[in-house]
Amino acid sequence: MPTDTTPATADATGTVTMAKALNTALRDALRADENTLVFGEDVGTLGGVFRVTDGLAREFGDDRCFDTPLAESAIIGTAVGMAMYGYRPVVEMQFDAFAYPAFEQLVSHVAKFRARTRGALPLPLTVRIPYGGGIGGVEHHSDSSEIYYMATPGLTVVTPATVADAYSLLRRSIDWPDPVVFLEPKRLYWHKEKTGLPTDTGPLGWAAVRRRGTDATLVTYGPALPAALAAAEAAAQSGLSLEVIDLRTLTPFDEETVSASVNRTGRAVVVHEAHGFAGPGAEIAARITERCFYHLEAPVRRVTGFDVPYPAPLLEAHYLPDVHRILDAVATLEWPARRTAAL
Amino acid sequence: MTVLDAPAAPPTAAPTGPPLPADTALALYRAMVTGRAFDRQATAFTRQGRLAVYPSSRGQEACQTASVLALRPTDWLFPTYRESVALLTRGIDPVEVLTLFRGDRHCGYDPHAHRTAPQCTPLATQCLHAAGLADAARMRGHDTVALAYIGDGATSEGDFHEAVNYAAVRRAPVVFLIQNNQYAISVPLAKQTAARTLADKAAGYGAAGERIDGNDAAAVHTAVARAAHRARTGGGPTVLEALTYRIEAHTNADDDTRYRSAEEVAAWAGKDPVARLEHRLLTDGVLDEDTITGITRDAQELTARLRRTFASPPRRDPAEMFQHVYHQPPPHLRSQAALLAAETATTAAAGEDA
Ligand SMILES: Cc1ncc(C[n+]2csc(CCOP(=O)(O)OP(=O)(O)O)c2C)c(N)n1
Ligand SMILES: [Mg+2]
Repeated sequence: MPTDTTPATADATGTVTMAKALNTALRDALRADENTLVFGEDVGTLGGVFRVTDGLAREFGDDRCFDTPLAESAIIGTAVGMAMYGYRPVVEMQFDAFAYPAFEQLVSHVAKFRARTRGALPLPLTVRIPYGGGIGGVEHHSDSSEIYYMATPGLTVVTPATVADAYSLLRRSIDWPDPVVFLEPKRLYWHKEKTGLPTDTGPLGWAAVRRRGTDATLVTYGPALPAALAAAEAAAQSGLSLEVIDLRTLTPFDEETVSASVNRTGRAVVVHEAHGFAGPGAEIAARITERCFYHLEAPVRRVTGFDVPYPAPLLEAHYLPDVHRILDAVATLEWPARRTAAL
Repeated sequence: MTVLDAPAAPPTAAPTGPPLPADTALALYRAMVTGRAFDRQATAFTRQGRLAVYPSSRGQEACQTASVLALRPTDWLFPTYRESVALLTRGIDPVEVLTLFRGDRHCGYDPHAHRTAPQCTPLATQCLHAAGLADAARMRGHDTVALAYIGDGATSEGDFHEAVNYAAVRRAPVVFLIQNNQYAISVPLAKQTAARTLADKAAGYGAAGERIDGNDAAAVHTAVARAAHRARTGGGPTVLEALTYRIEAHTNADDDTRYRSAEEVAAWAGKDPVARLEHRLLTDGVLDEDTITGITRDAQELTARLRRTFASPPRRDPAEMFQHVYHQPPPHLRSQAALLAAETATTAAAGEDA
């Protein structure tokens, strides 16, 4: 993975990249509460390999934003101790697959401390993890690791899909009373939007309807949102109206918003980059089926990554769900004859 | 370092440390006698099915008590499952100390009230919490020290190394106390490391390291106090290796006859830390038979109270498993709690019908 990624900058027109929005959120959080700390690998002088912590050490000093020894378990394990002492650590794992050494700290401690102490030791800490593919990263730089965290009771798992949400969801996560695994879609770091930050996304746990539709619901999040929106746009050209839901919080899952939508549309496709087998879509599809069975016109479909180790950049285009694969799945949703013609 | 001679066995080394003040020595003796009585009672509870499990620290009382008494109440402890007697010495209620081993879902005590983290089972992971808390205290300008307990076997885990390294790099005020009781369940130290001593490992991280006689309460007290002072005054972390031995099996579920000989256990029983301190204090005139009787009676009262509490099986509200998973139960936990409540209501109703 090259480390000379372009720094995030806002240009004069108010167009902001997601990396810059995240950077601004961290800066504002450091300003808002002196207990906030940012630490991890290369986050100080360098500003992070994706430049999300750019300028923070300079502005807030080495005590508030610092480079740790290169040891992921230590980063999360010491964040636990700091949170016990009243700090609000926001730590960075450099890449999805390099968070695995810290898995034990996350699963056995971060997720369980509140319960193990009956609320005496809540751990308001945020673990930022760049995740997912689509950036031409070589092996171990493109994992969709969300299911490991989603499947761990006690963790709250958040992932932004828009620039404005990135700012607000990160601020909300840092202020949240529970530990949050904050997954940043790498491929959207350079994604630009014209936005006058900040917009408040409200409490964690709520999905956003990104596009209203009446014929079927695409349930997605993070890195797959652009493909889902593009598919909805393409479907609209053929007269099919797709609703697109961006989950934003993966755990807890916003069953209300999703089931209300599917009860209305009667059809659902879950779209994500992560593996399909026992992946996030399996849980989501099961819940939709349980909640919406009598409204469903067709089985819930999933469009996901294949069940193979994430393929190197030469093959990733074939692995990642794209507009065509999404539309192909939509086409199988037991449409009445006139609709099939539209597709 | 040793301070006490070893009357029941050949001394391992000539005394090299200063003697302890009489009141400190007496407090240590009281804590060790109380701890031993408590430990024996807890082991008995496992035989009666009143505890789900108990890892005894019999034979390790010098480490368990002196490490606590050498610190200030404002310092933090990061114990493992082995540290029940240390917790008792900290002043935590004995029933609360045993909460986890009784099978509860939580640690029993308020960590803030006692500056004591929950007893930690995933080996060596607590070392990082200690390093982080100590680093936080340093950043706040407090003179709080964190003491992390760890066993000999757990020094092979990555988190131990990450913690010592982190603490050394950032001058975090941590004392890592290794109780080298010679075994990790069945695995002897020789299969754990090729290092000459475990204390030597400190050198690779730029931390201070010292090996002490872990059955010598005075030596443990002196070494922990010195390491805490070093940490408090900006000298960084210390790795202390205390040589000791657990007399009981790893836990009540373990059969130690499969991996060690009765002769070996008997030899170490002869180096008993409680008898050793008692002998010395009697010789020095610090302790007399009346005081011993009084301390023993107090310890018996403590175990009698424990037996009264443990006489009836604990009753728990099943719904409590849904509390404190998050700051508020999210919708899916609310519906699962409702499901369980309906189930228990049905069971209760069926019970009344019967
Ligand atoms: C990460 C991890 N691996 C394995 C275990 C199972 N286990 C519990 S205690 C133990 C032995 C630990 O030995 P040592 O560190 O010497 O401490 P002692 O029990 O002797 O006090 C093992 C293997 C565990 N609790 N955590
Ligand atoms: Mg051991």
